[in-house]
Amino acid sequence: MSNTVIPLLLDSLASAALIFFAAVGLTLVFSVLRVLNVAHGSLYSIGAYVAASIGLFIASRQLSPYLSFAALLCSAVFVAALFGPLIERTLIRWTYGKSEAVQILITFGLFLILEDLQRMIFGVQSLYEDAPVRLLGTSQIGGVVYLNYQLLLIGLAVIVVIGLRMLVRHTRLGRLITAVVADREMAQSIGIDTNRIFILAFSLGVFLAALGGALAMPTSGVAPGLGADTMVLAFAVAAIGGLGQIEGAAVASLIVGLARVLAIYYVPSLDAVAPYAAMLIVLLIRPYGLFGSVSARKI
Amino acid sequence: MKQPILEARDLHVRFNGVKAADGVSLSIQDGEFLAIIGPNGSGKTTLLNLCTGYVRPKSGSVHLDGQNITRLASRAIARLGVARAFQIPQLFSDQRVIDNMMLALAAKDGLWTMVRPLETAARREEAEALLALIGLADDRKRISRTLPEGHRKLLDIAVALALKPRLLLLDEPTSGVSALERFPLMETLMGALRQRQITALFVEHDMDVVARYANRVLVWNAGSIVAEGSPDDVFRDPRVLQTVVGVA
Amino acid sequence: MRAAYAIAAVLVIATLPRLAPWLQFVLTLAIAKGFAALGVAVLLRAGLISIGHAMFFAVSAYGVAFLARAGVGDLATLLVLSVLTAALTGAVVGAFLIRYRAIFFAMLNLAVSMVFYALFAKLYGVTGGSDGLVVPIPSVFGAALDEPAFMRILFYLSLTLMVLVGLAVHRYLDSPLGHALSAVHTNEIRLEYLGIPVWAVLLIAYTLSAALAGLGGAIAGFAIGRVVPEFAFWTASGHLVLIAVLGGIGGVPGAFIGALFLEMVHTAAVTVTDAWNLIVGAALIAVIMFMPKGLYGLVAREEGTKR
Repeated sequence: MSNTVIPLLLDSLASAALIFFAAVGLTLVFSVLRVLNVAHGSLYSIGAYVAASIGLFIASRQLSPYLSFAALLCSAVFVAALFGPLIERTLIRWTYGKSEAVQILITFGLFLILEDLQRMIFGVQSLYEDAPVRLLGTSQIGGVVYLNYQLLLIGLAVIVVIGLRMLVRHTRLGRLITAVVADREMAQSIGIDTNRIFILAFSLGVFLAALGGALAMPTSGVAPGLGADTMVLAFAVAAIGGLGQIEGAAVASLIVGLARVLAIYYVPSLDAVAPYAAMLIVLLIRPYGLFGSVSARKI
Repeated sequence: MKQPILEARDLHVRFNGVKAADGVSLSIQDGEFLAIIGPNGSGKTTLLNLCTGYVRPKSGSVHLDGQNITRLASRAIARLGVARAFQIPQLFSDQRVIDNMMLALAAKDGLWTMVRPLETAARREEAEALLALIGLADDRKRISRTLPEGHRKLLDIAVALALKPRLLLLDEPTSGVSALERFPLMETLMGALRQRQITALFVEHDMDVVARYANRVLVWNAGSIVAEGSPDDVFRDPRVLQTVVGVA
Repeated sequence: MRAAYAIAAVLVIATLPRLAPWLQFVLTLAIAKGFAALGVAVLLRAGLISIGHAMFFAVSAYGVAFLARAGVGDLATLLVLSVLTAALTGAVVGAFLIRYRAIFFAMLNLAVSMVFYALFAKLYGVTGGSDGLVVPIPSVFGAALDEPAFMRILFYLSLTLMVLVGLAVHRYLDSPLGHALSAVHTNEIRLEYLGIPVWAVLLIAYTLSAALAGLGGAIAGFAIGRVVPEFAFWTASGHLVLIAVLGGIGGVPGAFIGALFLEMVHTAAVTVTDAWNLIVGAALIAVIMFMPKGLYGLVAREEGTKR
């Protein structure tokens, strides 16, 4: 029994890391903008496509494969810079102050648009470029062989969690964001440029999504449908953790990662369903997630 | 002594560290008009929330005709004969006045039909009669969102009356109503309540209204009842004059 | 009077295939999607957007295929049983989902529908996997039919059901229960204080909406002759949402008008481009931003608020 525990835990951590990257941007954007971006999954898959394209380009030109690491980061930056401000200013900003139904429909429409755009630009084949994985090699832990790339991902996920926490608590930007999250109108009335905060927060969310896709690409590739699968997974994680709760997303990622790995070990045909089973169980006990809360009383 | 229609026993509840109810007990007899007065923000609405299942107390209980209703949902308590009019009128604001009334009437005795329309001749008549009683007959086709504040309050009360309750809880019924219309409204309302033998608990700021219409007054401050008695007794109590804002 | 327009429209639709026989299939499919979109529209009344309703469309179509394989061959029986299956699934799924509102409701619907999709696509042994299942031509009152005859019957049956079911849904929306449904969106607290159990109002609406989507799915299954996992895919739900939103405040006729309009546009667009999702997405955004009352709202004049 003990020789399945370590592999189980490490597999779960590796799975959780990728899942966290998929979900953290979604919950971050929700916490600041109070908008759930239904197109979030598409930005993840666009990040993966761009990373794959750059990686394949690097390989085809026989450039140094170590550039592929930079490619991953650059893809995310590129996607965030291109789509972040654009989407926020044209679509998301229009929804502020309007009913939630509007927000859902607008971002859902965007989701449909982006999915077709990806198909038109990148084609229907699945893409795959695993230079980063190959370059890092493997390690033996507890008698099982692991990709060092997976261990890197775990490390990166931890860095992101700590980094975001430090950003919020110890930087000026973080304090501004906290003010806007706590009371948007109050923040505006004391002169905080909420528009700028929103663009930054949204773009950061896009960056994290695209980064997630890019980081996952060397291990899982990218194919049509990834956007939708990621969207529902990201939502499941955000829902389990509590919408808008970054630490919650981290905990939820661990839960979902574990659920997925347990399914793969013991009931493989249900591995795609495992995250949703976990979500169902959590929501039955705590309807708004582990760290989520209901809005204030109205009368 | 007869069993009170509504009884609260030792209610305790806190919000954000503030004691909204600190060992509150009260009882209302059948047919009474009980007024609650006290400074703004002292938690009087919380009392109404506690009695109607909108808020659960940390400890203590609420009883309706002896039945423990503390943990019941608001809809269950409503069906037991308790209706409520709110401080901020709770209406179906995109609907016409008469639609609001008809839905309330249907809720009382005709919701579970998918076949007959909401608007039947009988229901419409009843709705119009209630609106006439409360003085909103002319407004019946207006969208309720477009009514002035005072009329929205009246509609809120009319909707509560449509439930044919035994106990009516009113949260500041005359706030938003002009000084001129205040007494006629209360005259009509109290007359209707007396005629239908409805017991009333009302939170009120207008002391003249309280003096004229309440049988008994509870003085509330910072989560507890600090004085109790007939309007005359209470208005002569120096502690009351101190704590209640606006009493000369 | 609006009833006259409606009757005229139905008669026109009924005779269109005489002029252009290829329209019969398109119209049948449009009516099928209209039913499903009507289901979405019913929930929209309560301010709830389901972006996963295609799951009930698919469940019903798969139900027809399973039942046919199990030997059930009669059209009427297949229709009734598959709709009941969709309704039952709706009741079970709805029991959990109606605790939620707005974004949570929308996303949970999406998530559940993608689970259905995954199951349909993966359980190859049961569902035929990505190839799907055949929906054979059923017998009608005992008579075996060839395809052209059956498709004609299916068309007229769909048209008839559109009228009958449409009228029934209209009555529902006009009833106290239907008004309570709209009121959930406006002031849930007031409803509870009127003694109305909001959860029951919503569950009934959700089950009904699932049954409507199921009716559409069954008709579509018969018309296409096959059911595939894509019936439950999220983009299919998206198309239903667009139809419901296009149909706008028009209630029952709105959903069918929207479906017919969209199916026509689709038939035309498909010859030029295969970026249909992009068009649907852009159209959805455009309608929300510039025509919030929907297509129907543009055409119908403001009649106070009489609904």
